[in-house]
Amino acid sequence: MSDVLLEVRGLQKFFPIARGFFQRVVGHVRAVDGVDFTLKEGETLGLVGESGCGKTTASRCILRAIDPTGGQIRYRTRKGKVVDLATLPATELLPLRAEIQMIFQDPFGSLNPRMNLLDNVGEPLLVNGLKNRRERADRVAELLRLVGLRPEYMHRFPHAFSGGQRQRIGIARALATNPRLVVADEPVSALDVSIQAQVLNLLLELQARLKLTFLFVAHDLSVVRHISDRIAVMYVGQLVELAPTAELFRQPQHPYTAALMRAVPVADPRVRTADGILGGEVPSPAAPPPGCYFHPRCRHATERCRVEAPALREVAPGHFSRCHFAGTMKF
Amino acid sequence: MTEPLLSVRDLRVSFAMDEGLVRAVDGTSFDVMPGQVLGVVGESGCGKSVTMRAVLQLVERPGRITSGTIRFRRRDNAGTVDLATLAPRGAEMRDIRGAEIALIPQEPMAAFSPVHTVGDQIIEAILLHGHRWQERGRKLSRAEARAITIGLFRDVGISMPEQRVDAYSWQLSGGLRQRAMIAMALSCKPRLLIADEPTTAIDVTTQAQVLALLRDLQARYDTAIIFITHDLGVIAQMASYVVVMYLGRVMEEGPVDEIFHAPKHPYTKALLRSIPSLYGETRVALPVISGALPHPFNRPPGCPFHPRCPDAFARCPTAVPSLQPVAAGQLASCFLHHDVAEPA
Repeated sequence: MSDVLLEVRGLQKFFPIARGFFQRVVGHVRAVDGVDFTLKEGETLGLVGESGCGKTTASRCILRAIDPTGGQIRYRTRKGKVVDLATLPATELLPLRAEIQMIFQDPFGSLNPRMNLLDNVGEPLLVNGLKNRRERADRVAELLRLVGLRPEYMHRFPHAFSGGQRQRIGIARALATNPRLVVADEPVSALDVSIQAQVLNLLLELQARLKLTFLFVAHDLSVVRHISDRIAVMYVGQLVELAPTAELFRQPQHPYTAALMRAVPVADPRVRTADGILGGEVPSPAAPPPGCYFHPRCRHATERCRVEAPALREVAPGHFSRCHFAGTMKF
Repeated sequence: MTEPLLSVRDLRVSFAMDEGLVRAVDGTSFDVMPGQVLGVVGESGCGKSVTMRAVLQLVERPGRITSGTIRFRRRDNAGTVDLATLAPRGAEMRDIRGAEIALIPQEPMAAFSPVHTVGDQIIEAILLHGHRWQERGRKLSRAEARAITIGLFRDVGISMPEQRVDAYSWQLSGGLRQRAMIAMALSCKPRLLIADEPTTAIDVTTQAQVLALLRDLQARYDTAIIFITHDLGVIAQMASYVVVMYLGRVMEEGPVDEIFHAPKHPYTKALLRSIPSLYGETRVALPVISGALPHPFNRPPGCPFHPRCPDAFARCPTAVPSLQPVAAGQLASCFLHHDVAEPA
């Protein structure tokens, strides 16, 4: 298909555990171990999961901020060539950096406090060869207007702005190089409720205007549901379910997804959160349980789940699940 | 009618900074009934945490309680006492803090000392307030305190409590650490528990476990809980009565059902509209509250919410609306619903 922008296959990222005087490698943390998805041009894919599930590591691999251990990240460049970002040498990767950008979680840590907005937002332009300061200022002014900030703010420093405004600055910087793919890692989780809605609206508006493709990483199911066309759920380094948003919420095909939905407190006192709270804890990715990683916490688990690891399979058109009983059971 | 356990009236806390005076809490009033779960909701900087620190006399310098009363009904019919007048380090405050009013802080990692085992820290609290557990005149031994701690761990659902009691906080997972914190808060059988964003730092499935635990313990011990959070979902599921705060003032309060289904104040209404739900339409613009929270040195005159309020009119910037009854059991500080202003 020609409209596929990104295709991730069998992505893995292991971190070695070193022990003792000689720092002998005694094991691996399998932070990401089996992530497969495609991303079409102009769509938003939400990547959800609890802390430690590998969602951030997976997104960093796609940006090649870290080198993946295995798997393929096939990306179609602006020129129409398909490359594997996982193995691309640095010299060939460099020109693609402008096409894939990132929005960070913490608006207080991600902006350089010693640079004014012109330098903060203009830095990616400078790196990509826009040396003329006047031209850069013009572009920064345009970007600030785009994210709803006044261009006159350009000479101020980050400390003068609130959390929501800083997040807008971070978005302006990510858009500076005209990217095609934007990886947003928890872009609204550090913001107050009333500001969160403003930033979500801005992201939706920018996507429509600039034909952006988003990989939206977050832990908040209601935020992800609001912004995503499709949602991928991760658990202990694996992708356990992937489906179009409405379909996922109508009929989750993995018990973990269902449990995650039940765990979200509903903002209505007349709707009591359903029972079936998930017991136990997330296993360590350094020593995951045998069979299905979710079986120790799953109320539907059988002998088969304890022994045989399920594969990710398509249970309905476009609906993937990593559960032996997907399609035969209601979770 | 039952008397309130805690009654806060016109509380003001300000911080004298080099740049000016920050009025973090600016005339807050509310009551907590025995056994009630009171939800306090608001965005950052609304003064919800500072209010609760004031109740415990834990406001740090340069902060100071400048006026108002915090009347607390003591255990065993010992009468009421105004906590605002007690010396923060005095004997009476120390007798109340931890024993009659306990706190579950937001960040369980920072709340426990990393160089002592969690068990030791809880045993210390039990020994300090030992007379809560023993008949008069006999001192509680360390072994007895340890046995009580193990029992508490079992109560809050920590598996293998005999081993976990000797663990350090950094050896426990986020959920276990928060459970240990709850065990510590319950260790002296408090009558009022202040939970300050107890589930904000933990994951959603763990949050569900902790909320269920708190609900269960509340029913079992009949402890009153003040539940502070910015998460409206948590408030809806936990609280029976809700206080909505903005810039150090109570905007609206009432029973949980009224707050969610018949909100009166424009701020409450806007807050409820702006959250994405698990049921609404997706990928459409959410209604937003325009503008940003004002800087603490730059408080708007009159009603603090008026610059962001869609329904503001001529009077709003000129006078501060007081908290008045607007419906059965429901109070709001808004000139749309009454015309009583605070005395200037």
